[in-house]
Amino acid sequence: MIENVLLAWVIGAVFISSVSIMLIGLYEKHDENIPQNIYTILGLGGPFISLLFSVILINSFLDTGVKLDYQVFMWLDIEGFVIPASLILDSLSAAMLSFVSFVGFIIHIYAHAYMKDDPSYARFFSWFNLFMASMFLLILADNPFMLFIGWEGVGLCSYLLISFYFENEDNVQAGNKAFILNRIGDFGFISGLALLFVYIGDSGLNFSSLEANIHLIPHATLNLIAILLFIGAMGKSAQIPLYIWLPDAMAGPTPVSALIHAATMVTAGVYMVARFHFLYSITEEIGLFIAYIGAFSALLAALIALRQDDIKKILAYSTMSQLGYMFMAVGLGAYSYGIFHVFTHAFFKALLFMGAGAIILALHHEQDIKKMGALRSKMPFVFVMMLLATLAISGIPPFSGFFSKDAILNHLFASGHYLIFAMALFTAGLTSYYMFRLLLLVFISPAHKEHHLIKESTLIKLTLFVLSIGVVFTGLLNIPAFFGGNEDYSLWLNLPDIRYHISHSNELILLGSNILVALFGIGLAFSHYKSSSKDPSFGYLEIIIKNKFYIDELAHTLIVRPLKALSLFISDTLDEKIIDSFIHKVSSSYQRLSYYSDYVQNGNVRYYALYMSVGIVSIFMYLFIGGY
Amino acid sequence: MIDVGHFFILAVLLFSIGMVGVISRRNIFVMYMSIELMLNAVNLVLVALSHHHEDLNGQVMAIMIIAIAAAEASIFLALFVMLFKNARSLDANFFELLKQEKHND
Repeated sequence: MIENVLLAWVIGAVFISSVSIMLIGLYEKHDENIPQNIYTILGLGGPFISLLFSVILINSFLDTGVKLDYQVFMWLDIEGFVIPASLILDSLSAAMLSFVSFVGFIIHIYAHAYMKDDPSYARFFSWFNLFMASMFLLILADNPFMLFIGWEGVGLCSYLLISFYFENEDNVQAGNKAFILNRIGDFGFISGLALLFVYIGDSGLNFSSLEANIHLIPHATLNLIAILLFIGAMGKSAQIPLYIWLPDAMAGPTPVSALIHAATMVTAGVYMVARFHFLYSITEEIGLFIAYIGAFSALLAALIALRQDDIKKILAYSTMSQLGYMFMAVGLGAYSYGIFHVFTHAFFKALLFMGAGAIILALHHEQDIKKMGALRSKMPFVFVMMLLATLAISGIPPFSGFFSKDAILNHLFASGHYLIFAMALFTAGLTSYYMFRLLLLVFISPAHKEHHLIKESTLIKLTLFVLSIGVVFTGLLNIPAFFGGNEDYSLWLNLPDIRYHISHSNELILLGSNILVALFGIGLAFSHYKSSSKDPSFGYLEIIIKNKFYIDELAHTLIVRPLKALSLFISDTLDEKIIDSFIHKVSSSYQRLSYYSDYVQNGNVRYYALYMSVGIVSIFMYLFIGGY
Repeated sequence: MIDVGHFFILAVLLFSIGMVGVISRRNIFVMYMSIELMLNAVNLVLVALSHHHEDLNGQVMAIMIIAIAAAEASIFLALFVMLFKNARSLDANFFELLKQEKHND
């Protein structure tokens, strides 16, 4: 079909705009009269064209229901190791593509408004577009190796964008941290891919042939592959123990946080697990392990978020917490619920970050919520937007987060893993508590000082408004049977979910408890922060939570310090004292030898004649005596 | 009876005297003379062998060498004149520009 070629151009459009901005930006070093408009047109045009193509593609897919695929070129063909650079659009990648292209484009417009006075505007948009291109590649890839390129691409772009303000040492550190932790995950991922190749690589490496041949791998190896691939997801999607980069990633500009947390990067791990559903649905132990990791991550992140004061860090921990929900869902076989939560999360998390960005801009780059307060009357529009998104993430009906989170919680309960369910439910309460803490501290509770606000631009308001529509209505795509719907989104995704049946009355009780827990959290937040901006004390827990469970310090002591000591030992002792001294001994002995052999070269031609004669005579002696 | 062996012995003697001369004498003129002596020792071998094998090639070669040596002599003498003009010396030990300088490290 003719539109299949558009699959390549979804990626191509943003990639080309990224590269052209880069080239024009390099040329600007010679000619400083290049107007910013050029970068704007390219930087927003690329994502817009991608969005356009995505709409066409998804429309065509919705009409026919037939998978679209397109082989761009043959990448590798070496005796049994055949990797075509082919792209595919099935329901899963269409679901991802829909919100990545849409939310990504909105964030690009927002980023234009946010970054327009920045001297590095061109650099920003070049990397921003590259980020989108990598994510599109990751989503549309038809084999895990193509996926891996996109996977690495988003890792690289996150590094570049997190340390965007590289003049500040801390930002560079944060970028390094993100990159290195992702590398650890990637090591697991690529080992998993290598194992897959060794066992069933001969019969094709695209997802459908992997699915067909997956039963040929012995079960123990399957478990190992599943774990290794999930280690990659841990790094990308910030789960225990590879999550510590995510809060530090807030060092980048706010649109970057919005893009990383909503549309690209962190959702990649969930997508990957859903993409490998054929693997994870036959390794149930690993699925359970993933669910537990998700549950602990969700709980830990929610606890830490209780006492953070940086508006962006709270949102970062909330992302980690929500990702935990997604992993609980996909771990226990509810792939479509996990993807649906990714989908709704993209909207409300983007809205939260963009709202936070608007506040930060208005307050002259103030990020401490303790120093804000009573902004409701001054920024009523942003307040309403943030309120909608906060209600959505807290799981209050009828906003989108309610439907996706409720579906996951129900599934967790029905699966019979009550510990995971309890943790998830508790986390839901914590979520609504800390999110409303943020909202109240910023907008309601009394201010300590008068702020001189910069008025937010209409463009920012517009982007917030567009996203808020998504926040309110996307939940309606997947109305459960309980409300008279038939889960259209899950049906359409058509992933091999494990379905549990729960009785109508149980469902009612679950629904009630989910909403009640969320409301309880909101109520508690109101009672604590309505008229005061002081945190109530938690006693001992307070110190632990405030210090983020000392995880950073623990990682520093257990991993960073020993590694540093080891490398210092190697560089100062092993290299300098042992290897270098040996080499120096050798070279100095040659030098001493040459000191004596210098006497031969005395510049006197008569001696040279003597040497020559001696040489010739000895050659003849050898020929006459030794030779025969 | 004088046969080719005697000529060989004479040639070897001449050659050795020439070689020792090149190595041991410091005067460049004498060194040059020693070189000519070695050259003529080779000529002697060529002529003797030519006579022995009744083949004129060796004698032709010897005459050739004598002619070339004459040309060489003029070049050498010109060089010596220039050398003496520049350095005011014909002592071979005086010319040691290519000597390796000693430095302690």
